[in-house]
Formats: sequence, structure tokens, C-alpha cells
Amino acid sequence: MAMEEQHCLQIEKLHVYAGAKHILKGISLNLPRHQIIALIGPSGCGKTMLLRSINRMHDLDPNIRLQGSILFKGRNILDPRVDPVWIRRHIGMVFQKPNPFAKSIFENVAYGLKINGLKDKARIRAIVEESLRRSYLWEEVKDELDKSALELSGGQQQRLCLARAIAVSPEVILLDEPCSALDPISTAKVEETLLSLRQMFTILIVTHNLQQARRISDYTAFLYLGELVEYGPTAQMFEQPQQELTYNYLHGRFG
Amino acid sequence: MKARRRFWNQFFEKSLTASAFISIAILLGIFILLATNGWKAFQDVGLEEFLSLERWNPSAYDTPSYGLGALLLGTALTTLGAIAIAAPLGVGMAFFLAEIAPVRLRNVLKPAVELMAAVPSVVMGFAGIVVVGPFLAQLFGLPNGLNALNGAILLAFMALPTIVSVSEDVVQAVPRTYKEASYALGANRWETLVQVTLPACYSGLLAAVMLGVGRAIGETMTVLMATGNATAVPTSFFSSVRTLTATVAIEMGEVPTGTTHYYVLFACALVLFIITLIINIVAEQIATQLRRKGQ
Repeated sequence: MAMEEQHCLQIEKLHVYAGAKHILKGISLNLPRHQIIALIGPSGCGKTMLLRSINRMHDLDPNIRLQGSILFKGRNILDPRVDPVWIRRHIGMVFQKPNPFAKSIFENVAYGLKINGLKDKARIRAIVEESLRRSYLWEEVKDELDKSALELSGGQQQRLCLARAIAVSPEVILLDEPCSALDPISTAKVEETLLSLRQMFTILIVTHNLQQARRISDYTAFLYLGELVEYGPTAQMFEQPQQELTYNYLHGRFG
Repeated sequence: MKARRRFWNQFFEKSLTASAFISIAILLGIFILLATNGWKAFQDVGLEEFLSLERWNPSAYDTPSYGLGALLLGTALTTLGAIAIAAPLGVGMAFFLAEIAPVRLRNVLKPAVELMAAVPSVVMGFAGIVVVGPFLAQLFGLPNGLNALNGAILLAFMALPTIVSVSEDVVQAVPRTYKEASYALGANRWETLVQVTLPACYSGLLAAVMLGVGRAIGETMTVLMATGNATAVPTSFFSSVRTLTATVAIEMGEVPTGTTHYYVLFACALVLFIITLIINIVAEQIATQLRRKGQ
């Protein structure tokens, strides 16, 4: 029982099909609470599919079928009776390409709060500020909150998207290669942000950058051709991988 | 061999350049034709009378009068009425097609709407006389249903394909990532549609409506048949009106060449040409800006 409490999210025998293609082949994975878990693997191995299954983003695509279960707060996320809106309010997501709305910086962060029915302006203002501080963007934008978010740099936009996601205080944050479109300095800032957010959230991050996985994650999961090859503490995985496939991937033999 | 290849190469290059310039030449030619002839009307009649609400009575025996006001009002009533109907309807249909309709339904509906553009305008006018007219007369208790409202309704249907087709493309062009970001924050479909998708397409929708206006304002045969052709100053949508286009179409064939009346008709066409040109340029400008923003 104590074990289960530590797990924020339990994925069991997850199969994902896209049309006739079998993309994820029975993934079982538990996410420990308040940890950063990195998902690595070569392109096309199903990392993003897995991530998007967790907050039911596949609902938008009628071609995709899911099997298995993902337990979260005692409910199976994949059960169609579970409201995707409820799921997404507890499981936030940051996408590969920064995608702020064509609104002001303030409105971007306030969007989720307003959607959730928060009307108290002072309270919204306070949460927006807090979220921007937590994503280390506040100092850079505090004087121009009414500026269009599209005028920010790519790295700033991505931190804004992070602020937008944490503003609604989810329990889990999913990140889909959040730094792949960013330069090294912006990447470092995002990573710093993620490390500090670990105290409050459980973070699952898909990354192509093995060094990034090593730098910031507590656990690493290696996916290959739709199967989970290895999952364990990051340090152990990088120093002494249990599987030959993992070793080869980490040493750049393929991928 | 070489010389021959060079000849054909040059030939195609030159003929393509020429064909590109032909459109400009034609546009310019039409403008010059209208402007030089229309200019004489301004000299004969004077701008003041021309733009006044004075009666349009060019064939009167002693004192013909050439007030364009009533005709302009006729055009304005039918066009604005048409857009008031077609813009909300068209944008609504576009959102339905792009965001709500299942793919199969969309694949049937969109071509169907676009096919509406294929109905000849004279057929629309026919429908105005035998269907819409009597219907309006009965509904509002009018002596006859040939009035500005009738024209507006028909023009709305004729502008609809343009508005729906362009708007649908605009809505489709909103990046999927915008919507996903909204869903990921726990927004439902409706909230996403109203608060994220709609604001992202404002300028594109405006361009679509402007193109619809351009379509409606230049339409001739339908309004000629359906609006009753009264040259009196209209007082409401239930007045019979005559548009600029209908006036030119009706009178150009019967007017003696070289008279003031003849030149005044050119001036009518010139006014029409300038209005549609401005509308199309503005719509095109908005669309270009949009494309640039999209990158």
C-alpha cells in the first residue's frame, strides 16, 4: 500500500494502435511522485504517443485506439467515462514547439484559470505572477505583461507555456521534447526551472537529448520499437544499464 | 539545334511575360475607358447633382436629372443586407465544417456549398420572382415582394459560397497546436472554439466577408430581376430599389451614343469599379498580412 501511495500514476499494459499499426506494445510504467522521469528512445519508438495517452490527447484523433489502463487518483484515465477535462486539469502538458496563444503574456497564463471558473481578479493576478516566477520568466516580463506573447523569444515562449501549465496547479506535468526548438542557453533555463518544480509536481519529460535526461531526471525509461526496454534510476541506467540494447543506445550505436 | 532550343526558350519566356502583363493592360484599359467617358459626365452634370438624392430621370423630355443617390442607396441596401445575412451564416457554416462536422459530412457539404456558386445569376433572379418575392409579400403583407430585402436574400446566397469557402480555409489554417494547448489546460471544445480558434482567425474572416461583399456588389442580373427596379429614393428594405449595376445593364443598350445620359452610365460603372477595386484590394491586403503572420 505504501508503495502505491508513492506512485502518482500507474500505467499498465498500455497498447496503442494507430489504424492497423501497433505502436505501443504493452507498456507498464509507474511514475513516482515528485520525481522527474525521462522518456528516451530513438525517433518513432512511441515516446510521444505514450505521453499523449496520459492526458487523453488522442481523443482528438479517431484513428487511434488505446488498450490497457492508466491509474490516476484511483481512476482509469483511459475509461471513456472519465472526463478528459478533469484529467487535463490535473495533468498538464507542454508541447514540443512553443505554442502560446495569440494573446498577451498575462492572458496566456490566466487562460487556464479563467476556463476553470476563477473570477477573482486579484487572485488571478497573484497566481499569474507566482507561476511566472516559478518558471523564471517574471523578471524578464514583469513590466510588459500586456505585450503579445508572440513577441517573446522561443525560450521565453516555452517558459511561458510552462507557466501556463503550472498556473492551474496540476499534479503531473508532461513535456514533449520541450527544448528541441531552443538554443543551449534557453535550454539551460528551462532545465533549471524543471529542477525547481520537482518539489511540487511529478514531471514526465520526453527528450532526444541523452545529456538532458542525465542532467535533470531521477528515473529514465528507455523505449524501443514500442516496448519498454529498461526503466530505473537515471544514474544506474547511464552507468550500468541492465540491457545490451540500452547500452548500445546510450553509447550512440544506433538511434 | 542550339539555335532552335534558344528560340523556343525565348519564345516561352516572352509569351509568359506577355500573358502576365495582359491582365494589367486589360485592367488599366477598362479604367481608362470608364474614366475618360465618365469624366464627360462630371463636366456636363457636375459632381454635386451626380451625388445628390435628385431623381434619376435621364430620359425626361425637358429637364433630365441624374442623381445617383437613389441608385447608390439601392446598391448599399441590397449589399449590406446581403452581408448582414451571409456573414454570420457563412462564418457559422465554416466553423461547423472545419471544427464540428465529421469528416464524411464535411466532404459532402463543402463541395455542395461551393456548387451554389455555379447557379447562374439569372436562375437566382427567377427564384427571386417566383419563390422569395411571393413569400416575402405574404409574410409581411406587401403588395409585392420585389424589393431590397428580396435582392439582399438572393445576394446573400450568392455570396455564401465565397464566404464559406474562404472562411473554412482560414479556420483550418489555425495551428492544431493552439487548440491542443487549450485542451491540455482543461478547456472543452466550445471554450477552445470561442476563446482560442475564433480570435486567431479574425482578420482572415474579415477578408472572407470582404470578398463576399465584392461578389454581392457587382452582381447584376439577380438584383435586376428581383428588386423591382424603382428609381425612387428607398426608405426601407421593403422599398423597391434599383442598383447601379442594374441601371447600367438596363439603360446601356438603349441610350443614344454621345449623349450626357450615355456618359453618365460610364460614370456609374466607374463608381462601381472603384468601389469593388477598393474592397478587393483591402481584402487581399488583409489576406497577405495573414499569410505573413502564419509563417
